[in-house]
Amino acid sequence: MFANLDLQQLILGRFTIEQIPYHEPILQATFAGVAVVGLAVLGVITYFRFWGPLWRDWVTSIDHKKIGIMYCIFALIMLLRGFADALLMRSQQAVAFGSEQGFLPPHHYDQIFTAHGMIMIFFVAMPFVTGLMNFAVPLQIGARDVAFPFLNNFSFWMTVAGGILVMVSLFVGEFSRATWLAYPPLSGAAMSPGVGVDYYIWALQIAGIGTLLSGINLIATIVKMRAPGMTMMKLPIFVWSSLCTNILIVAAFPILTAVLVLLSLDRYVGTHFFTNDLGGNAMLYFNLIWIWGHPEVYILILPAFGVFSEITSTFCGKRLFGYTSMVYALVVITILAYLVWLHHFFTMGSGADVNSFFGITTMIISIPTGAKIFNWMFTMYRGRIRFEVPMLWVVAFIVTFVIGGMTGVLLAVPPADFVLHNSLFLIAHFHNVIIGGVLFGMFAGVTFWFPKAFGFKLDEFWGKMALVFWVSGFYVAFMPLYVLGLMGVTRRMQHFDDPSLQIWFVIAAFGAALIACGIASQIIMFVVSIRNREKLRDLTGDPWGGRTLEWSTSSPPPDYNFAFTPVVHDSDAWWDMKNRGFARPMTGYKPIHMPKNTASGAILAALNFTFGLAMVWYVWWLAALCFVAIFVVAILHTFNYNRDFYIPADTVSRTEGQRSRELEMA
Amino acid sequence: MMHGETAPPGAAAPVFYQTDEEGHHSEGSTMLGFWLYLMSDCLIFATLFATYGVLGRSYAAGPTPKDLFDLPGIAVNTAMLLFSSITYGFAMLEMDRNRIKQTQIWLAITGLFGVAFVSLEIREFVHLFHEGAPPWRSAFLSSFYTLVATHGLHVSVGILWLVVLLVQLRKHGLIVENKRRLMCLSMFWHFLDLIWIGVFTVVYLMGVLE
Amino acid sequence: MSADAHHLSGHGQDTHDAHAHSEGGHGSFGSYITGFVLSVILTVIPFWLVMGNVLDNSLVTTLVILALGGVQMIVHVIYFLHMNTKSEGGWTFLALIFTIMVVVIMLSGSVWVMYHLNHNMMPMDAHDVMNNAR
Repeated sequence: MFANLDLQQLILGRFTIEQIPYHEPILQATFAGVAVVGLAVLGVITYFRFWGPLWRDWVTSIDHKKIGIMYCIFALIMLLRGFADALLMRSQQAVAFGSEQGFLPPHHYDQIFTAHGMIMIFFVAMPFVTGLMNFAVPLQIGARDVAFPFLNNFSFWMTVAGGILVMVSLFVGEFSRATWLAYPPLSGAAMSPGVGVDYYIWALQIAGIGTLLSGINLIATIVKMRAPGMTMMKLPIFVWSSLCTNILIVAAFPILTAVLVLLSLDRYVGTHFFTNDLGGNAMLYFNLIWIWGHPEVYILILPAFGVFSEITSTFCGKRLFGYTSMVYALVVITILAYLVWLHHFFTMGSGADVNSFFGITTMIISIPTGAKIFNWMFTMYRGRIRFEVPMLWVVAFIVTFVIGGMTGVLLAVPPADFVLHNSLFLIAHFHNVIIGGVLFGMFAGVTFWFPKAFGFKLDEFWGKMALVFWVSGFYVAFMPLYVLGLMGVTRRMQHFDDPSLQIWFVIAAFGAALIACGIASQIIMFVVSIRNREKLRDLTGDPWGGRTLEWSTSSPPPDYNFAFTPVVHDSDAWWDMKNRGFARPMTGYKPIHMPKNTASGAILAALNFTFGLAMVWYVWWLAALCFVAIFVVAILHTFNYNRDFYIPADTVSRTEGQRSRELEMA
Repeated sequence: MMHGETAPPGAAAPVFYQTDEEGHHSEGSTMLGFWLYLMSDCLIFATLFATYGVLGRSYAAGPTPKDLFDLPGIAVNTAMLLFSSITYGFAMLEMDRNRIKQTQIWLAITGLFGVAFVSLEIREFVHLFHEGAPPWRSAFLSSFYTLVATHGLHVSVGILWLVVLLVQLRKHGLIVENKRRLMCLSMFWHFLDLIWIGVFTVVYLMGVLE
Repeated sequence: MSADAHHLSGHGQDTHDAHAHSEGGHGSFGSYITGFVLSVILTVIPFWLVMGNVLDNSLVTTLVILALGGVQMIVHVIYFLHMNTKSEGGWTFLALIFTIMVVVIMLSGSVWVMYHLNHNMMPMDAHDVMNNAR
């Protein structure tokens, strides 16, 4: 490659104009759509002169609430992209039978399923989870921000930078065709010489740094910044689940980072970690990446468990049943998460001893999970259940997740797994737990905390419509895949020969259409709710009869969250305060110490994005430049010692006075 | 354990908020946060060690550790790092006594030991290239270079950080922020020393031993 | 905790509570020297064992140098990183224990899994030494 180094290669690396897939009609249409929507958004921002506030109040914001909201918005946008991929796959598989080849050629179909899996996990589920934790955890523990507010902002923009890199691959070059975990040797330089896998690697590395730092940040926040009196066994259960999740993040994402470094060395330098020759061993990649991969599953589901716990006790008007057992279940899951990774590749051939060990540990992990399900049901038992939208998501979750969990235990049996490995049964199983567990949990959480974030509730009718479509759509889309999987149909197929299978795929495609209606309902729900916000307004700050501290402050909470740091006596602190005659303090406000906003995070993330792009296209000069610039900006940032300020006492007094008037009106 | 000023629950008039505190300080979390970062870094190294553990004997008919490793050289390298650890310790002791001059001197010495370590490592790598043992020769060499060079890169970043801190010490003196940063770098530096123990034991000594 | 009490004064750059946060300090001259001497001893012995071919049995030597390496790591953790069960309310210690657990699981698990895999799969050419661990 270095032999005929001409000028264009020097400047643009391996980029040529042919790399822009302008001849693909699907991409043309997509690009046109993106361009129109993008220009419209830019136009609206300009028209309303929103650039200044956008930069000052959001992009550079170190406020955990705003960052949490931005994470959730980012996740919802990426959900649209990931779901568009899903629709393409479902419709392709519904038609591509026999002589009919469908509308997606294999090279395109492979990119789509890779992008779908990768985006849904890393850029939908992860930011959703992180966003909810960011928003709710400091409020629930009575803190004014996270432990490292600047890092929080930086983490968010790194996640976004990774997401944008994936989106760029849609229109410049191609995306990986090597599945969502980029298994070698397929993802190696020999089999995938193009830019796709490099896009994948750099997107994940950049986003992964953000995830890791936000994990460290939230652990430090929970450990060090709890309100006085909030001992570990008085933590709200969502905080406990966040703590366990972030421990898993900090102790698992470095493994992903390291494995991806090894893969990139194979691709860029020509080492032999996972190649087929000179001693490389591709199965080592499977082994290492799943040591990250299985904890990742729990990283996603534990916060959802936390959300369900909070919602169940709130909407049943009861203390959570078995708080202590809930905590121990979380801790046990956190540890066991590291002992089950081999169940993702029972068929690799490690033999009976190894497979039995990991099969048994996998089955054991279902015990604490089952205990949690019973805890939720016992919380509901004899509770005064209010079936509002968040609670409905909980009910949908419990039913769906139990089915998914049981098929999971089935797959944990190695002999059964030998039959079902890589089949559509597996696809159905993990969608069953990820949609039925994680996604339902996130939707429930968004509905639950939306009034806290914005001061008005979400429209109930469209919330219920979304629920009905999502739940029915899920069952219609994925139950056929269980059937097909049992028949032995494997995943990742672009075309099928046997026409008798077609009916199942058509049903599944119909299910996907129902889910599309669910997503449409959610979009309508947001639009309708924003339009009717005055009618849906909540002035109390406590619209659901909440039990934890976030409901004790106004909606949306002031920048400083709490004018006075609460003192906690009970795991349901706000409930306890309400029951024991808490009177809101009206005087004696003091200046509040807060961190300043900074642009360093966004700048560093932009440099990282450019660095990633340059590495993908072998534009070495730009990569080197960005690499140096990243260090320079980071070092310059450390020369700024003046990072905080005081909110004056009369500002606090004015804000709290406004709150008092609102409370009187409510 | 966390906060002494909590009113006892069930007291006649429960205290629900603090009227006389100034709020939580993020500063108190830095040492814990940095420790958590080190733990995550530790797992990066653990992954590289696991890779070396699996691929470390896959020579692909190429050179083996016995052919390549020069133990006296490694012993000198180890000594550099050990000396730098103790000199950093002295810097911290001087910092505790608020003696900026001595702190800077010990830090500079630490940095020089670090530079010596990295230079020796680069020299070793150059030598190995000349011996016909580049990282793309075999899986063993790939995992060897990656593990050792990752450690070396960490040391290099540590040296850069040390230089930045020396500049900041000159500018602002031994203020509380700078002390905190010096303590973080101290943890980083000693942590790298600890990783090196694993490297010389598992890679070099056990490699030559067979 | 005293660190919080210090903030009562209510204004900014807290110059006096760095020590409250450092919790346990940075050890003394004596402890650094103790750590250094122990490290030197624990480094010299394994180098001597290997370079001087002191023990005939290489398996024994391997176990001995691994054990010495482990001890030296503990020495560093105690004397240089000043780790104890009390600092930061025990959280750093807990984090360390958890990390060690994950590291042990990952190292032993990977070697175990990959050894069995190599053992069960057909050996390849003599020079394609995937199977050498045997």
